[in-house]
Amino acid sequence: MRFDPAPADPLTLLQRRVHEAEGRGRRAFALFQAARHPGPLVWIVPSHAPELPMLRGLPQGVGERLHVLRPVGETDLLWCVEEALRAAPVGLVIAEPSSPMSLTVGRRFQLAAEAGRTTGLMLIRQDAGSNATETRWLCEPRPATAADSTLHHWSTTKNKKGTINDWVVDWNGATAAVHMVSQARQRLEPAVAPH
Amino acid sequence: MRPIEGPFALTHRSGNSDHLHCVNVAAIARGLRRGMALADARAICPDLATHAADLAAEAAALASLRRWAGRYAPMVGTDGTDGLIADISGVPHLFGGEADLRDDLQARLDRAGLAAVSAIAGTRGAAHALARHGGGIVPDGRLIECIGHLPVTALRVDHDTAEGLSRMGLMRIADLIQVARAPLVRRFSSGLMLRLDQALGAQPEPVGGEPDAPHFGVRMTLPEPIGKQEDVMAGLARLLDRLCAKLALHRRGARRVRLELRRVDRGTVTVEIGLARPMRDPLRIAALFAKGVDEVDSGYGIDALRLSAPLTEAMAPEQIGGGPTIRHEDALADLLSSLGNRIGFDRVLRLLPADSLIPERSFVLAPAAYAPPETAPSHAGPSRPITLFPPEPVTAATGTPPASFRWRRMRFTTLRATGPERITPEWWFDDPAWRSGLRDYWRIETQQGPRLWLFTTPQTQGWYMQGEFA
Repeated sequence: MRFDPAPADPLTLLQRRVHEAEGRGRRAFALFQAARHPGPLVWIVPSHAPELPMLRGLPQGVGERLHVLRPVGETDLLWCVEEALRAAPVGLVIAEPSSPMSLTVGRRFQLAAEAGRTTGLMLIRQDAGSNATETRWLCEPRPATAADSTLHHWSTTKNKKGTINDWVVDWNGATAAVHMVSQARQRLEPAVAPH
Repeated sequence: MRPIEGPFALTHRSGNSDHLHCVNVAAIARGLRRGMALADARAICPDLATHAADLAAEAAALASLRRWAGRYAPMVGTDGTDGLIADISGVPHLFGGEADLRDDLQARLDRAGLAAVSAIAGTRGAAHALARHGGGIVPDGRLIECIGHLPVTALRVDHDTAEGLSRMGLMRIADLIQVARAPLVRRFSSGLMLRLDQALGAQPEPVGGEPDAPHFGVRMTLPEPIGKQEDVMAGLARLLDRLCAKLALHRRGARRVRLELRRVDRGTVTVEIGLARPMRDPLRIAALFAKGVDEVDSGYGIDALRLSAPLTEAMAPEQIGGGPTIRHEDALADLLSSLGNRIGFDRVLRLLPADSLIPERSFVLAPAAYAPPETAPSHAGPSRPITLFPPEPVTAATGTPPASFRWRRMRFTTLRATGPERITPEWWFDDPAWRSGLRDYWRIETQQGPRLWLFTTPQTQGWYMQGEFA
């Protein structure tokens, strides 16, 4: 089996794998990723969920590519995710499972994503993830100091092919461009010795 | 509907009153006739039973009767909304003569419970007139004698012309034949003389057979019953090849495909699938049947298969299997079909822009299988949240905009507020959610992080949460 190298841009999701995002800002993170993935997008929300994506608030070019599926019941939702991941033309599959995902479910999603060469992003409740996920992101909105910035704190709490890290970014929710906010933080990676 | 003894009529509403659309023999005997106002009919016959007429079903029944009447003539067409006309030239000797043919026809219609009147005449106009006035057979050369006594309304002339003729004292067709033609043409237009000539054979009037609407159904019977899934799928593949060839011939694409499996114990199992767009590719349709066929209980075996496309749409010939774009679109349509067949096509949705300032109505969720994507027009003005939900009450709100508030059991303090943006209800829609009047929307950045979309209604002074920004 061949693994893809880790992407150069730290905020790019590894292709053909399923990722997870939790926290209050997980929908914003999902839309940020949607804007960066070409091709049709599938967003699967349970039929009882009151929150719906609002067309006029979505980033540029996302609204017309987005398909919203509203299955009844968790079994149908998981089936929809697997079917959408297995379909080759889909760019990104975003799903909001309402119950914790088992290891079996997570593994099946990974296999489906590999078969369909599709990337998946599960928006989970806190601690409702599966161990089979490639990366898990904790997304929280941050209060901004300046009036025209919308700060997001996105951190990886799990990463199978790299170290965990965290970023504070300024993303206005309209385009795929993002502005990294440099901030003093505790260093997690080993220091590189000067030549 | 139960069979009804006694007078019965179908009613049809035209203008603003109900009229009798069709009456049975018992009602005719009581003096009712077609076109009479229902109120008059009830005055004449208080125990009249009525039912609303279904014109579409009537037309469909007439069309199937027309197909059946093809056993008497190669050319059968519909004549108005209640008649059939057949050109039986060269046919009667097969039935033993015109009288025998008509008897055969009447006997078969009687057995089916249809009260029909039939007439055979040398011209189309004469047959039409006679069939609506008692029926019968006009022997060769005795056209004028046989239809001369009929009223002028039998000539397919409009109501005004018929009334004008009766005012002149010309009540019967025979009267019309004797009058000089030129004054009549000057007075009533040449249409009247054309109808008279057509009835008498001076003007030709051919009977045109109508083309049958193509029927998209194929069937297959098997000498031995089958029960294995792959056998059914193999039979289905053969049927699909034929069905899709027929669809391609008529330039149609199937939107629903139904497979009926007849078991040896006479039970029938139906598997039906929907398609996300018109399609006539056998392989891709067969793939959607796999799940349904898997669930079929074949019992003692299946000995007949019937495949039909109850819903079709026009589909122009198109390049298949061409570039990556076409393959890509095909694959997406296949995905939407399989999703729709499991969770329902009304749950596979697409966001379409709508022309409204009301947040809930600024977009519509439309079934993706029936709505092509639309590019949202770029809009200026205040930003909108990424998620929208039905308004939820906010408690412990202090001030305008609130300095602190509670929502979903969380406490928020306001860092920055943008607004208000005033949205007034659309008075031409009665929306229960907007009965509280206009709303002032605020975008509130909180100390805790979330950027929220709140509104207040000045009339009731309450605060509600309706969305969350990125």
